Amino acid sequence: MTAWEDSRVPETADLTQDVRDRLKEIWEEKPGLLGWISSVDHKEIGKRYIVTAFALLIVGGIEALIMRLQLAGPERRLLSPEAYDQLFTMHGVTMIFLYASPVLSGFSNYLWPLLLGSRDMAFPRLNALSYWIYLAAAVFLYAGFVVGHGPDDGWFNYVPYASREYNPAFNIDIYALGLILLGISTTVGSANFVVTFLRTRCPGMSINRVPILTWGTLTASVGNILAVPSVSLAFFLLWMDRQFGTHFYDANQGQPLLWQHLFWMFGHPWVYVVVLPAMGMVSDGLPTFCRRPLVGYTPVALATVTTMALGFGVWVHHMFATGLPNLALSFFSGASIAIVIPSAVAVFAWTATIWTGRPRITTPFLFFAGMIVLFVIGGVSGFMTASAPLDWQLTDTYFVVAHLHYVLIGINVFPVVGGLYYWFPKFTGRMLDERLGKWNFWTMFVGFNVAFLPMHLLGVMGMPRRVYTYPQGMGWTATNVVVSLGAVLFAIGVLLLLINVAVSLKRGRIAGDNPWGAPTLEWATTSPPPPYNFAVIPSVASRHPLWEDALGESTARSRIDHGLLLDRGRETIATSPLDAEPNLILEMPADTPAPFLLAVGLTGIFAGAAGHWWWLSGAGGALLVLALLMWFWPRRMHADEPEAEPAHV
Amino acid sequence: MLQPLHNGGAPTGMSPDWPMGFLHTYGPRADPVTGLAWGLSIISIAVVVIVTVLVLTGVLRRAGRGEVAALRPVRGEGGMQWIYIGLALTLVALLGSLVWTVTVLAEVDSPASKPALTIQVTGHQWWWEATYSGDDPSRAFTTANEIHIPVGQPVMVKLTGADVIHSFWIPTLTGKTDAIPGRTNVAWLQADQPGVYRGQCTEYCGQQHAHMAMYVIADPPAAFQAWAAQQRQPAAQPAAPQQVMGEQVFVQQCGACHTVRGTPAGGVVGPDLTHLMSRRTIGAGLLPNTVGALSGWIENPQAMKPGVLMPPTKVAPVQLAALRAYLETLR
Repeated sequence: MTAWEDSRVPETADLTQDVRDRLKEIWEEKPGLLGWISSVDHKEIGKRYIVTAFALLIVGGIEALIMRLQLAGPERRLLSPEAYDQLFTMHGVTMIFLYASPVLSGFSNYLWPLLLGSRDMAFPRLNALSYWIYLAAAVFLYAGFVVGHGPDDGWFNYVPYASREYNPAFNIDIYALGLILLGISTTVGSANFVVTFLRTRCPGMSINRVPILTWGTLTASVGNILAVPSVSLAFFLLWMDRQFGTHFYDANQGQPLLWQHLFWMFGHPWVYVVVLPAMGMVSDGLPTFCRRPLVGYTPVALATVTTMALGFGVWVHHMFATGLPNLALSFFSGASIAIVIPSAVAVFAWTATIWTGRPRITTPFLFFAGMIVLFVIGGVSGFMTASAPLDWQLTDTYFVVAHLHYVLIGINVFPVVGGLYYWFPKFTGRMLDERLGKWNFWTMFVGFNVAFLPMHLLGVMGMPRRVYTYPQGMGWTATNVVVSLGAVLFAIGVLLLLINVAVSLKRGRIAGDNPWGAPTLEWATTSPPPPYNFAVIPSVASRHPLWEDALGESTARSRIDHGLLLDRGRETIATSPLDAEPNLILEMPADTPAPFLLAVGLTGIFAGAAGHWWWLSGAGGALLVLALLMWFWPRRMHADEPEAEPAHV
Repeated sequence: MLQPLHNGGAPTGMSPDWPMGFLHTYGPRADPVTGLAWGLSIISIAVVVIVTVLVLTGVLRRAGRGEVAALRPVRGEGGMQWIYIGLALTLVALLGSLVWTVTVLAEVDSPASKPALTIQVTGHQWWWEATYSGDDPSRAFTTANEIHIPVGQPVMVKLTGADVIHSFWIPTLTGKTDAIPGRTNVAWLQADQPGVYRGQCTEYCGQQHAHMAMYVIADPPAAFQAWAAQQRQPAAQPAAPQQVMGEQVFVQQCGACHTVRGTPAGGVVGPDLTHLMSRRTIGAGLLPNTVGALSGWIENPQAMKPGVLMPPTKVAPVQLAALRAYLETLR
C-alpha cells in the first residue's frame, strides 16, 4: 500500500449496524429550511438539479407547443413575430442551457459518489454552489421574458442583430449576463467532477474500472472548462459593446464574425457536453438488461474522449456559408466527417451488446435501445451537414432543426428518461410502473418521430428555420400539420412520464437494493442510499463488482461489507489518480448556507449590472464577501485532534 | 409576361409543388451538390436501415420478459468483431464521402467561363437590393427583390448586409452565402433554363425574416438585355393631372426613403421604385403586385408585415388615389 499523505492510517472494519448509526448522526442533514438550504449532500443536490431541469424541460416544451400551433398552417397570426422570436429564443436557451446539461449534472451528481464508492463529491460546497447559481441563472434568464422583454435573437444570438442598435431593450443584456452567470455554475461544477474523478474513487477502482457514465461526465467537464471561457468572453464583449460603446463586433471597426467564432468554439463542444454523459448512461444501462458486460469497454471509453477532442476542431461547420476560403471548408468538413468514427464505435458496441446478450425488455431498456436508432438518425444527418457544399443547401433549414432535435432529444432526452426509469428505484426506493412505462416509451418514440422525421423533408423542400410563419404554395403546409400533431403526441408521452413519477412516488413497488440485478456499486447500498452512501468504503476488484461470482473472470472479489472505516466526522477516502490506491483521508465539510449566500450575492451583482442599479451590485458584492468568509473560516481539523476516541475501533 | 406568383413560372421539370426544393436544380453551381445530396442521403438512409434492423433483430432474437435480476449475467464472448467490421465499413463510406465532398467543393468553386455580369446584392431588413453596375457606372441601375439574369450564362453576385446578417439562397440555383455587414462575399449562379426561381433569406435577421423572399428570373439573353435597357431608363414623366399630383405626393411622403430616378425622390432607405410595376411582388415576395395589394400596403404596411420599417402613409383619400395612379406609371 502506498504512503499515507499526512493523515492517519484508517482502520478497516466490517459493516455493522453500530457503524451505520454513528455515520447517520454525522452525515444527516439538519431539519428545517436552514437545513435544506445548507445541505451539501450530493444526492440532495443531484435531485434538485434533476427536478429543476425537468421543470424547465416542461417550460421549454410548452414554448415549443405554442410555436407548433403557430406553424400548423401558413400565415397564421396566433403569435406576433416578436412573440414568436422570443419564444424560439427562450425555447433554445431553456433546452440547451437550462435543461440538457443541468439534467446530466443532476444524474452525475447523484450517481458519481455511489458509482465510485465514495461518500460525496470532492468539493461538496462547490457542488451546492453550482446548483444555486444554476437556479439563479435560470430565474435571471427568464426575468426579461416574463415582463415581455425576453431575448429575441435566438440562442446563438448573432451580432449585429444583438447589438444595441437593433435590440435596444435590456433583453440581450439579460441574456448576456445570465449566460456568464450560468458559466460560473458550469465551471465550478466541472472542476468538481474532474477532481472527484481523479481523487475520490474507492480503493481498487482503477480508471479502467469506472463506469462509462463517469467517462462521459469527466470528458464533458474537461470540455466545459475549456469551452465555457469562450462563450463567457463572447457575451462579456457583447455586453461591453452594448453598454460601454466598445466595438468588438461592430461591422465597421470590429468584426461580426468574431462573435460566431467565439460562440461556436464553445457551441459545438457543448453539443458533446450534453450527449456524452447521456451516452454513458446507455453504455452502463444496456449491459444490465442484456445480462452481459458492455462490448468494448476500452474502445467506448476512448471514443468518448476522442469525440470531445475532435469536437473542438469542428466549430466552423456552423459557419460554412459565411464566405470562408475553400481550404478552411475542406478541413472542417474533414474534421466533422471524422467525428463519425468514435460515434460509430459506440453504436456498434451497443448493438453488439444487444446481439450477444439476452435482452430483457423493460422500460429503461426500450429507451436505451430506442436511443441507438435515434442516435444514428441524428448522426447521419449531421454527417450530411458536415459536407460543406451540401451544407450550403441544408443549413438554416428545417433539415438542421430535425438534425439537432434528433441529437438533443434522441441522445439526451431518451437516455435521460431511460436513466430515470433505471435509477428511480435508487433515488426513491420505489419502482416506476412498467406498464405505464411501456406506454410512455411508445408514445414518446412514435410522437418524436412523427414530429421530427418529416422536418428533414421540410428542409429538403426548402423551409428556412426561425420563421414565424410561411407562405402558401411552398408545399410545406401538410408536412407542418403532421409535425405539429407529432409534437402533441410527444407531449402526451412526456405527460405519461410525469403521471408515472407522481403515482409511483407513492404507490410504486418497493425496489430493494438492486432491483435490476445490476453490476455496479450504486446498487450495493440501500435504496434510497443513506446520507453517507457506504458505511464502510468498498474496495473494488473488477468493473462489475456485483457480477463477479456470475462472470467468474478472476478469483479476486470486491468487498462491500468490509472496508475502510471512516467515522471520525465527515470523512471519505482519497486515492491515487490512476490505480486508486488509498493515500489520504479527506475531511469533508459540514452543511453550510455559505454556497447559497454566495449565489445570492453573485446574482445581486449581476442583476445590478443588468439594470445599472449599482447599489444592488454593491450589496451583492458585500454578501459575496461575507459568504466567502464563512466558507473559508478555518475549521478544526479532526486530524489535529488528540487521539482521544479509540473506542470506535 | 407576368406569370403566376409561386409556381407557374417554374422551369420545365421543376416540381411545381416545391418551389424551394433543391432535389432538382437547374445550373452548374447547384447540380454537383444535388448529386452529392442524393449520394449522401442514400448512404445515410442505408446506415439507418441497417442499424435499425440490427437493433430490432438483436432485441427480438433472444428477448425475454422475465424478471431481469433473475437472469444470471454471463461473460459474453465475441462482440469485438462488431466494432472492427463496423468501423471498417464506416471508414470506407466516410473516406468516399470526404473525397466526393472536396471534389464538389472544387467543382462549384468558380464558373467555367467568364461571368456575363456582376450584381451587387445587399440584404436589408427585410428586402433585397440589387445593383447592376457593370464596367460603366453611368449604366448602373438598382432594383429590389427580383434579379434578372441571362439564361445559360454565369453571373457573379457580390453580397453584403446593410444592417444585420442575411443569407442569400436560391435553392434551385445555388446554396447559401451570407450577406454580412462590413464584408463582401462572392457567390455565383447560372440558370440553364428560363424561368422564375424563388429564393429567401436564411439567416435570422429579425421580426420579418419570414417575409424576405426574392426571385431570380432567368430570361433568354435578348430578353434580358431588353429588360436591363428598360431598367436603366429613368421613370417616365406622368401625363395625367392625377398622376402629376401623385408624383408630388410621392416626393413629399415617400421620397425620404425611396428613389424614383428622374424625380427629386432619392431616398436610399427603402427599395428603388423607379420601375416598381415591372416587379411581380411587393414587400419582398409578400404580396402579388396588384393595385389592391399595393394600396393596402401603402396605407398600412404594418398590418401586412408587422414590424416592417415602413410607416403607414397618412394622406387624404384623394392623395392616396393620386399616389396609386402615379405608382402605376412606374413601369
